[in-house]
Amino acid sequence: MKNILLIDFGSTYTKLTAVDVEAEVILGTAASFTTIETDINDGLTNGMKILEEKLGKIEYEACYACSSAAGGLRMVTSGLVPELTGEAAKLASLGAGAKVVGIYAFQLTEDDVEDIKKLNPDIFLLVGGTDGGNTECIIHNAKMIAGMKPDFPIVIAGNRNAAKECERILEGFETHVCPNVMPKFGKLEIEPTQKKIREIFLNRIIQAKGLSKAAELLSDIMMPTPAAVLQAMELLSKGTENEHGIGDLVAVDVGGATTDVYSIADGMPEHMNTVYKGLPEPYAKRTVEGDIGMRYSIQGIVDVATPRKIAELSGLSEERVLELVDYLKQNKDKTPDGDKELVALDYALASSAIEEAVRRHAGSIYETYTMMGQTFVQEGKNLTKVQEIVVTGGSLIHTEKTEEIASHALFSPTHPESLRPRKANVWVDRSYILAAMGLLSSYYPDAALRIMKKELEYHGYSE
Amino acid sequence: MEKKKKVLVIGVIGADVHAVGNKILYHAFTQAGFDVVNLGVMVSQEEYIAAAIESNADAIVVSSLYGQGELDCRGLREKCDEAGLKGIPLLVGGNIVIGKQKFEDVEERFKAMGFDRAFPPGTSPETTIEALHELLD
Repeated sequence: MKNILLIDFGSTYTKLTAVDVEAEVILGTAASFTTIETDINDGLTNGMKILEEKLGKIEYEACYACSSAAGGLRMVTSGLVPELTGEAAKLASLGAGAKVVGIYAFQLTEDDVEDIKKLNPDIFLLVGGTDGGNTECIIHNAKMIAGMKPDFPIVIAGNRNAAKECERILEGFETHVCPNVMPKFGKLEIEPTQKKIREIFLNRIIQAKGLSKAAELLSDIMMPTPAAVLQAMELLSKGTENEHGIGDLVAVDVGGATTDVYSIADGMPEHMNTVYKGLPEPYAKRTVEGDIGMRYSIQGIVDVATPRKIAELSGLSEERVLELVDYLKQNKDKTPDGDKELVALDYALASSAIEEAVRRHAGSIYETYTMMGQTFVQEGKNLTKVQEIVVTGGSLIHTEKTEEIASHALFSPTHPESLRPRKANVWVDRSYILAAMGLLSSYYPDAALRIMKKELEYHGYSE
Repeated sequence: MEKKKKVLVIGVIGADVHAVGNKILYHAFTQAGFDVVNLGVMVSQEEYIAAAIESNADAIVVSSLYGQGELDCRGLREKCDEAGLKGIPLLVGGNIVIGKQKFEDVEERFKAMGFDRAFPPGTSPETTIEALHELLD
């Protein structure tokens, strides 16, 4: 027996997962409610108690944690051209597990600086220019940031020819220089920056967010929860030397406030007559839809899907849909609990959320005619050949229609341009273990992979 | 210190998928000592501009093989001005117009559109490289 305790400090729950890595099983899980007011350590103590009641007193060899507490890792980025280094900065931050609260492009203005002051991010990512390219913008922005006397760390990952000067301009403040996120046109190099972001998170954010007491208990690794989930998904897809992965996949976490989408796939064009446009996207890609969520962002779902469609999907009238949506806005903790109308509404909301979030995540293709005949232009990732979908989130777990909801992530004739999976196996993370397995994978990848394969529940094949 | 290489942004404009000439130009320019950002085929005006901004390009070299070059190139100079790339040399070459027209007329029209140089069909890369040196050195 070799027991490991994995902790996920969330904004509403602290989730604990106890595993035996030798037997490769989950011993038990526990969740304890936390609020912004209560000390995060209370959540941990509580959770430990619940776990002890379930399992009895057991010894843990190690304890690892991830956190999205206190708003998660809040970042602001500034790049040069929005579609190029601006996008690279966003992709780097999201992949590092951050919540990107502000995205700026070109030269920062005085108003921008005022806004950034108000946003008060945990980390600022300063980029712009390819290596040897534009230096003017990043230097201007470094000056603007220095002028506001930032008390947040700044990661400089732009044109290498300007890095030293930016560092000088920002002397006296905490800076970290990383390789350029876009060293050459169209080439992303975001891993070193992501590693640095996680390091800063570890050293600095934990203290700032009241986790230092909990940190005494931890043996190692502390990462943002989304980064842990991304790591788990990469492991599940690729496998290890000793255990096969399940191949390319898409994962969706429909939450109360946001919907996160992950894809582990190359996504390059399938056919010779397709031209790829725009920045090549990372193999392991994460996007967050801040306006799509089951409760806090319920209005966002209604806005993009329209009340008519929600009514169609749920079988309720449009008026009733709007009434219930208003009710849920007032009662954010409300779960359907067998109430027929709410069950139907949540089904419609979750289906619409998944559809929109995956559509935004996936690439698109359009047809055009040239002198050489028909040609296709692809932007973003082509996920049509992905065969596996992993879903999680309350609305997908506490329902009998998991597979039906998940099928909304798939290709649809109403949006033929959207390159979503054509057909896929649906897997459900019923006990919320993805983040925990991501943590575990840093030390015990084989065990983490096998536990995931065992625990994820198969929910049919969807076309 | 080694002299900084001049940066060129190149690509085939519009709905044009002729990829061979583009590759040849990429190799020829690279060998001639330029730092080349190659956008490939089916490049929009906005893509040339975005790439030129990020890479602080010294010139944009536009290719067009399918006859629609005149339409595709219209407004590129104005957009460059708007994007802060004031005065960046613009060069264009290939089969840039339809049919057999006197190249002097064609050249004049492209110069009026803000291009610094326009090259007729069959121009060798060396001619363009020479022009680039004239414009940039």
